[in-house]
Amino acid sequence: MTTARKPKNHIQESVGSKVFDVINVIIMLLLCFVTLYPMWYVLCASVTENAYLVAHPGAIFWPHGFTTGSYGLAFSHPLLLSGYKNILIVLLVSLPINIILTLFCGYVTASKNLMFKPIIQFLIMFTMFFSGGMIPAYLNVRDLGLYNSLWALILPGAMSVYNAIICRTAIQGVPESLTESAYLDGANDIIIVFRIILPLIMPTIAVLLLYYGVGHWNAWFNASLYLADNEKLPIQNVMRSILIANSNVLNSAGSDNDMVNQYAEAIKYSTIILTTVPVLCIYPFLQKYFVKGVMVGAVKG
Amino acid sequence: MTTAKSSKVVPQFHRLTFAQRVIRDWKLNKWKYILILPVLVYLALFCYKPMYGLIIAFKNYKPTRGIERSAWMDPWYGWFERFFTDPYFGRLIGNTFIISLLTIVFGFPAPILLALLLNEIKNSKFKRTVQTITYMPYFISMVVTCALIRVYCQQDGLISDLVTAFGGTRQNWLMNSAYYRTIYIISEIWQTIGWNSIIYLAALSSIDQDQYEAARIDGANRFQQVIHITLPGLLPTIIILFILRMGRILSVGYEKTLLLYNSNTYDVADIISTYTYRLSFSGGTPQYSYSTAIGLFNTIVNVVFLLATNFISSRVSDNSLF
Repeated sequence: MTTARKPKNHIQESVGSKVFDVINVIIMLLLCFVTLYPMWYVLCASVTENAYLVAHPGAIFWPHGFTTGSYGLAFSHPLLLSGYKNILIVLLVSLPINIILTLFCGYVTASKNLMFKPIIQFLIMFTMFFSGGMIPAYLNVRDLGLYNSLWALILPGAMSVYNAIICRTAIQGVPESLTESAYLDGANDIIIVFRIILPLIMPTIAVLLLYYGVGHWNAWFNASLYLADNEKLPIQNVMRSILIANSNVLNSAGSDNDMVNQYAEAIKYSTIILTTVPVLCIYPFLQKYFVKGVMVGAVKG
Repeated sequence: MTTAKSSKVVPQFHRLTFAQRVIRDWKLNKWKYILILPVLVYLALFCYKPMYGLIIAFKNYKPTRGIERSAWMDPWYGWFERFFTDPYFGRLIGNTFIISLLTIVFGFPAPILLALLLNEIKNSKFKRTVQTITYMPYFISMVVTCALIRVYCQQDGLISDLVTAFGGTRQNWLMNSAYYRTIYIISEIWQTIGWNSIIYLAALSSIDQDQYEAARIDGANRFQQVIHITLPGLLPTIIILFILRMGRILSVGYEKTLLLYNSNTYDVADIISTYTYRLSFSGGTPQYSYSTAIGLFNTIVNVVFLLATNFISSRVSDNSLF
């Protein structure tokens, strides 16, 4: 009597299919937990009393005690402050150079009828598959007199070929009629690049800014090779000294040692929060553009 | 009439000498060449000049004499000979290959699996949220990621908490060679699974939806649809990414290794690039020439693997980079 079936979609879902859906959602939730928990851990640890952290460094699910003292230290310690300052200098100088070179490279490799384009393109692409490697790059930086200068973090990575390919593909999507009519109006290529191409590929430029920006912000290896003075180190290298080397670099930098010792553990987590959260706040807004960039770079590389 | 015109024009063009064509090209494209000049200068100074610097792999480089005036090695392959007879040679090659292969075996399919699972989720809001969250580790710096791994792996850390809950004993997991590679691979998957799935999701969205409709009418269940429609649709993308991955077979992440390993785990963790790093940058007299020779060997093996995979793939499946 109650067996009257309600018509569902086109084809009724089998039990197996429903079970799979439930398991799938559970797997995804677990994945999200595993991804988010470390950041939650850091957030809780950064406001937890130092004594608790020293005694119980294991599982933390909520703050134990509450203190923001480690953040105060993170904002006042000279070595950390110089770390933030240095990375901001690198970003402010690097990003315009990065974008301009990438834009020029993308524009020229996207244009047609250039007699020497095959050679130029080969010279650019070849560097993706072959490079001098760590030591020749280091000796090159020394030879050019960039050693122990912030320029050593800016110039060697001034353009990424991978990003230039992303930019090229975006420019190829701009209708040719636009550039042609600009030519007829007497514009040269520099005017076309900045007045016509640039405004039209702004979403791509935003993604490139993110890629370059995150790359600089998170880099530490080159700075560890190319810089000698502690005061010139960008923030990731300062963090490396605190987090990995466990050195008392904070103590030696002429600051309030009692304060440093008081927050020796918690300062690790508050610096992680301060350096990671800005990036994590930006990328979700550019997420919808990632697909394009990744797609192009990998398939047409 | 038009044919006559064009036949007049074309030979004229071909009669231009090389120099005339260069001049014509310059007049037409002057600004483009000016635009590309800074890029070429950059490549020359920071890509090709270091490539020239590779010649110190065949010289006995002395910092005081510089690249030019340092003496040539006799025989020219001296540093390579030394590497092949280096007591650590077997260990370095073995570790590099093993870690790389493990990363490929476990790390390469992981994002494909994630993309397939995400593709089966019907609630688009939930799907997007999962995507956003799984991208996150890609934006966390290597220093922070490795610092957290070290915090979790210490004696009283999270992993020990977890293991003791199941009856195991506490230990410092990163100090134990037996667990180093497991930790390396799992954290590698954690870092990259979301980001690497983007490209597969994009490829999935370009698969013709009518095929699924047709399969459903033929009575195919969801698993059969994945096997017969989704996977074949993904295959070209998978192959291209696999070729690119094979081109990095000897490029194990040295930044991560440097931040995770210690002298207790050198026997399983030390790889070619970290060895070259230590030869030149961790105390003692820097052995620049020897390091460079090892690095060059590493790069050449990578290029060979890239070309070989590309060749095999172009024969077997019509998918290739070039």
